[in-house]
Amino acid sequence: MSKPRQNLQGNRACALGAIAAGCRFYAGYPITPSSEIAESMASELPRVGGVFIQMEDEIASMGAVIGASMGGAKAMTATSGPGFSLKQENLGYAAGAEVPCVIINVMRGGPSTGMPTRPAQGEVMQARWGTHSDHPIIVLTPASVREVFDQTVRAFNLSERYRVPVVVLVDEVVGHLIETVALPDSDEVETTSRKWADGAREDFKPYEIPEDGIPVMARPGQGYRSHTTGLTHDATGFPTQEPGQVEQVMTRLLTKLDQHRDDIEQAETLHTEDAEVLVIGFGIVGRAALSAVNQARDLGIRAGMLRPITLWPFPERTLRSIAANTAAVVVAEMNAGQLCLEVERLCPDTVAVIPLNRIDGEPIEPRQILAAIEAAAGSMTNSKPTSTKQL
Amino acid sequence: MDTPADRSFDVEDYLRLDLFPHFLCPGCGHGIALRALLWAIHELDIDKNRLAFVSGIGCSGRLSAYIDADTFHVTHGRPLAFASGLKLARPEMNVIVITGDGDCLAIGGNHLIHACRRNLDITCLMLNNEVYGMTGGQGSPTTSVNRYTTTTPLGNHEPAFDACELAAAAGAGLVGREVTMQVPTMKDLIKQGISHPGFSFIEIISDCTEIYGRKNDLGSSAEMVLSQKKDILPTYIDVAEVNAVDQPFRPGSWQTGVLAKNDRQEYYKAYLDYCKQANPPGHGETHGR
Repeated sequence: MSKPRQNLQGNRACALGAIAAGCRFYAGYPITPSSEIAESMASELPRVGGVFIQMEDEIASMGAVIGASMGGAKAMTATSGPGFSLKQENLGYAAGAEVPCVIINVMRGGPSTGMPTRPAQGEVMQARWGTHSDHPIIVLTPASVREVFDQTVRAFNLSERYRVPVVVLVDEVVGHLIETVALPDSDEVETTSRKWADGAREDFKPYEIPEDGIPVMARPGQGYRSHTTGLTHDATGFPTQEPGQVEQVMTRLLTKLDQHRDDIEQAETLHTEDAEVLVIGFGIVGRAALSAVNQARDLGIRAGMLRPITLWPFPERTLRSIAANTAAVVVAEMNAGQLCLEVERLCPDTVAVIPLNRIDGEPIEPRQILAAIEAAAGSMTNSKPTSTKQL
Repeated sequence: MDTPADRSFDVEDYLRLDLFPHFLCPGCGHGIALRALLWAIHELDIDKNRLAFVSGIGCSGRLSAYIDADTFHVTHGRPLAFASGLKLARPEMNVIVITGDGDCLAIGGNHLIHACRRNLDITCLMLNNEVYGMTGGQGSPTTSVNRYTTTTPLGNHEPAFDACELAAAAGAGLVGREVTMQVPTMKDLIKQGISHPGFSFIEIISDCTEIYGRKNDLGSSAEMVLSQKKDILPTYIDVAEVNAVDQPFRPGSWQTGVLAKNDRQEYYKAYLDYCKQANPPGHGETHGR
């Protein structure tokens, strides 16, 4: 028997994904266009024995989420542009102290208050580098209602497995999109929980590094009586400024995701095996790219698509292997050109990287991408393609 | 139980002695407050494994590291936010926040008033030394008028917060104040705060001898503490009779003791009652595990 299908909004799918992943604590603050996530969590969590709390501000929401996670709960918050900025300091605490947590950012136009109800993708770099100093982080970007559900589940699993904050960048368009979907039953959803310390207290060091690079956590109340701090700390969890130790713990923190990139990176590709022109776009832009690439193929142009689902760490090897055989890469994004910087860094000099940007509060349309593909393919027969940057 | 069976209080039973010597300056009142806090915990016979301390940034914030319990040293101004999440995830834990006048009243002021309003069962110990000591002696929201700090070089022209009046007005379950001169009284006040089923706010008038005292010619630590005692007006109100947030405050002096008590429903209990509407009896899980 087929699963029941329902008309579901992206933001609500996010909340349902969180519940399915085992999230039992939500702290948030109202902000457009993410508020339906808080509203859904407010109605869902009391049903499953979880806690919903509306905090006094965005900063407190992030703090409460980290506090709940340190207490052992799978915890999440959701916000948008200005709120995402306010969360950055505590997000850095979660990265440094290695406290699992999930942050949903339903992106709106900016800077500042910007356009609260209009779509944009301006937080590509902020999601990676928004909190001060070097830090590990994972950023996921779903493109459909069903994928919002799945990637929210995955955000919790990655966060728990690697003790790292995971940001989910949801396009306003996707957050407010209503699609007909069939969700998996709860027993079909694969969930992971962090490893808890279970050995003797005397032997326990909260930041001692096992082979997989991810320390185990001590659950408060279990007698470990350990210390957690945002100060740079050694294996004991207490602060250190000894250069040798600092270098060692910082290197481990900053490289801990490297050996797990196969698990973390995810991307959708289409016609990349023989693509002359590759289109890169994430979230809702990926769906426009899919349509444009199919149209280009109908016109006889060897176009392909790479849609990063994991935005950070960027799926480097996937792009490098495709770019080795392609002539031009169109990077379509709803900002003034952020992801294209990473793509330029990864592509060989022989590849023309062509930014396609939209910053007027409207989504990028398939015809815009198709035009960019045609221009790139056309100029290939003449000379090197030129930028179609539309500012 | 990891708490010693011998009931006489030895502060070393509650400290991480391998981290000593501590970093506090000679004459600092924070160590006295920490001792009174641990003494209160001892007398309440609380299992060390059921104790979580959350502290912010500043001299006060560093105290949590010295306590042999689950300790969390978090971001500047946010210990009450972190503690709220921790308490709601682990309601069986005793959650105690250690904060300072800058951490709690300036950058964390919003969190304080909303913690008071919610009345979640957390005890907040604010060590007020009237100055940002860790960063070198800048003025704080509680710096007295005309006092010299590195950011009020001509004498402070800003009025100071009365933190207890603020907490009481915001609806805290229990509000009290004590000076470091009176350690047994401070211990008893902290015991009342921890025992109170709701949010308790306790202000300890500490002294920063090395930075604030030196800059203002306030004398030695002993002299600073004595002058604080001279300024206090102990309250002898019967706690059982107090259920008000508008106790009169006399200006120009420190009123000490329990200053306000408010027996509103505790936040988490109220939340569980609220959830019953979503979960009819016999349905749903029990929260907390």
